[in-house]
Formats: sequence, structure tokens, C-alpha cells
Amino acid sequence: MSGDRVLIIVPAWNEQDAIAGTIAEIRECVPDADLLVIDDGSRDFTVDRARAAGATVCPLPFNLGVGGAMRTGYRYALRHGYDVAVQIDADGQHDPRYLAALLAGLDHADVVIGARFATPDDPYKVRGPRRWAMVLLATVLSRLAHTRLTDVTSGFRVSNRRAIAVFATHYPAEYLGDTVESLVIAARAGCTITQVPVTMRARMAGTASHSPFKAAVYLCRAVVALILALVRDWPAQLEDVAPGDDPAVVPAPAPGPEAEPTHEQEVRG
Amino acid sequence: MSAVTILGIAGSIIILFALFEMMRRHRLREKYALIWALVALAIITVAAFPSLLIRTSEAIGLEVPANLLFFAASMVIMVLTLQHSSELGRLEERTRTLAEEIALLRLEIDQHRHPGGLLRPSEPRDEHPRELRE
Repeated sequence: MSGDRVLIIVPAWNEQDAIAGTIAEIRECVPDADLLVIDDGSRDFTVDRARAAGATVCPLPFNLGVGGAMRTGYRYALRHGYDVAVQIDADGQHDPRYLAALLAGLDHADVVIGARFATPDDPYKVRGPRRWAMVLLATVLSRLAHTRLTDVTSGFRVSNRRAIAVFATHYPAEYLGDTVESLVIAARAGCTITQVPVTMRARMAGTASHSPFKAAVYLCRAVVALILALVRDWPAQLEDVAPGDDPAVVPAPAPGPEAEPTHEQEVRG
Repeated sequence: MSAVTILGIAGSIIILFALFEMMRRHRLREKYALIWALVALAIITVAAFPSLLIRTSEAIGLEVPANLLFFAASMVIMVLTLQHSSELGRLEERTRTLAEEIALLRLEIDQHRHPGGLLRPSEPRDEHPRELRE
């Protein structure tokens, strides 16, 4: 993998306290990689602190959500001809020391996920409906990708050129679209997906809720998001991205005539 | 002329007039005006010839003709609202794409202006950050 140009994309939204530490840590672990912070319309000093820490910063004009930030990052990677794009959270939850293992995984896959729950002694514990949702998502995605995936909602991810081309065009901004749906799209576009076990650190700002009601809402939304991801007509647009793909993984073109022109322009953009 | 007829005709004339005025002032595009014009014309037709409504509801077995009217009206409104939601979604997607493009282009301009200059913590990021973010 040495000699590949690697871009590390860090989507950041109001992370002024964590961003500098995260950047320094990434720099330490992978000094050769370029670092791009996508500021998702932060209202604090995220942009200034990231610049001060030495990262290239791309500030979005307003908040688009992780999906928008990541698609911007993948477009940058595509346009600047990077071989590998790394997606890593700004809040310090993802430990960049695992990056070497993730990058090595690209030898036999197009997308490598840094996954929790892959080993029995993983300290990251989730219970109740939230756990069921994660298991359900992981099971369905595993069948779709023909490999064992334990954590499909992980935002810690490494992609090669082929996956970058897919994500640069299709990275949904909807709920769970940045994680689950984008994996569904990658799998349906013919990308191979694999995972590397990682241990994630606790979030600095504890937004992961423990209320059972919120967990149940999460389960419902995850099911809806998953079903939508599975039945949506992506492939008509994906044909443009990967023309040499196995036609078996590219179902019939979408019937809707209205939505198509914008996507074609996006692919060529 | 019954009160219902007068109400129906008056209502649709108001709609048609409003449509005309809005289009004249560039406040409404034809593609949205057309469907509303059709709705107004349908109301005029039904108001002028109530027998149409009565005969149709008899034909499909409805006892109260007004029920047919309410059903048709709610369906029309539902379809229109759905169309608006879908238009809104398309606009959001386009706005998102534009925002991403703008961010990338701005980054590119920045890099051309200050080649290699990544350490610029004091530089103002943009002139109208608050307005843009509202």
C-alpha cells in the first residue's frame, strides 16, 4: 500500500474542543497522508482551530449533515486523484492507531470498516432496542456484502478509488444514510466490503442516549432507513460510475425520468 | 341560481383571478399555475351544472353527492401536496449539491491564492458567516 496517496477526511460539526487533538493524533499515526477537515457549518471555532492545527479546511456554507460533509470529502478525493480516502470522526471516538490495519485491509476489499462488536471482549456495550437495531442492520448488510459485518453504523472507514468514485456521487444525507445506506449503495455497485475489529473510545460529549424510548425510536428509524436503502433505485445512476461492473449487480434502470439529469451531471462534474 | 352555485362560481373566479395576477407579477410559474387553473375550471363546471355531480354519484352508488365532491377535493389536495413535497426534496438535494460545490471551489480558490499556506489561523473565513448559516 505504500506509495498510495491517502486523504483523511474528517467531518466536523461544532467540535472546537476535540478537533485539534484529533488532528494531532492522526498526524502522529499517518504522517504521510493529507488531511482534509470538512467543517459542516459549525458555529464555533472549529475552522480556526483545525487550520491552526495544520489541516486543510473546507467549510460548508451551512449544515448539511455527515452525508453532505462526506460527499464533499469524497469529491475532493476524486478530483485530486487520491488512491485512498479515510473517513474518521472529529470527536476522537475513532483511534487513528488502527488506520494501518484498516489500510492493509484494502488489499482485498474496496471498503474497509473499522468495526466494534467484532471481538467478544469489546468494551463498547450497547443494549436493548439500540442493540437489536445494530444487530439487524449488521445481519442484513452482511448478507448483502457476502461477508461478516458486525458494525455497519461505524463512521470509521477506508475506501479505495473504486469506492471513492461511488461515494463521490452517492452519499445520502438522510438519517443513517451516511453509514448504512452508503454501504448498501457500495455493495450494490459491486464494491467488496470487509471489516477490521477496532475498539472505539467513549465520546467526549455523550450524545449516545440511554433512554429506552429514544432507543426504540432509533430501532424504528433504522428499520425504515434500511428498507428504503434496499428498495431504492440507485443502480441507474451507478452504471455511470462503474461501467465495467458485473451487470448482475446492476438491476434495471430507474423509471423516473425526472431525477436523472442531475445525477449524470454529478458524475461528470 | 342556488347559493351553492353562486359560491362555487365566485370561489373559482377568485382563484382564476389570483392565478392571473400572480403570473402577471412573476410570482407563480406556469407549471404550477396549470394545475390550479384546472381545479378552478372544474369547480366552475360543477357549480354551473350540479346535475353532473348528482348523476356521477348516482352512477357510482353514492347517496349524498356532496361526499363525492369532498372525496375528489381531498384527493386533489393530497396529490398537490405530495407533488410539492417531492419538489421540495429535489430542491433540497440541489441546494446540498451546490453547497458542496461552493465549499470545494472556495477551498480551491484559497489554495491558489495561498499556495502551500495552510497555516492561516487568523484569516477571516468569510464575510457573512452568520447570514449564510441562518
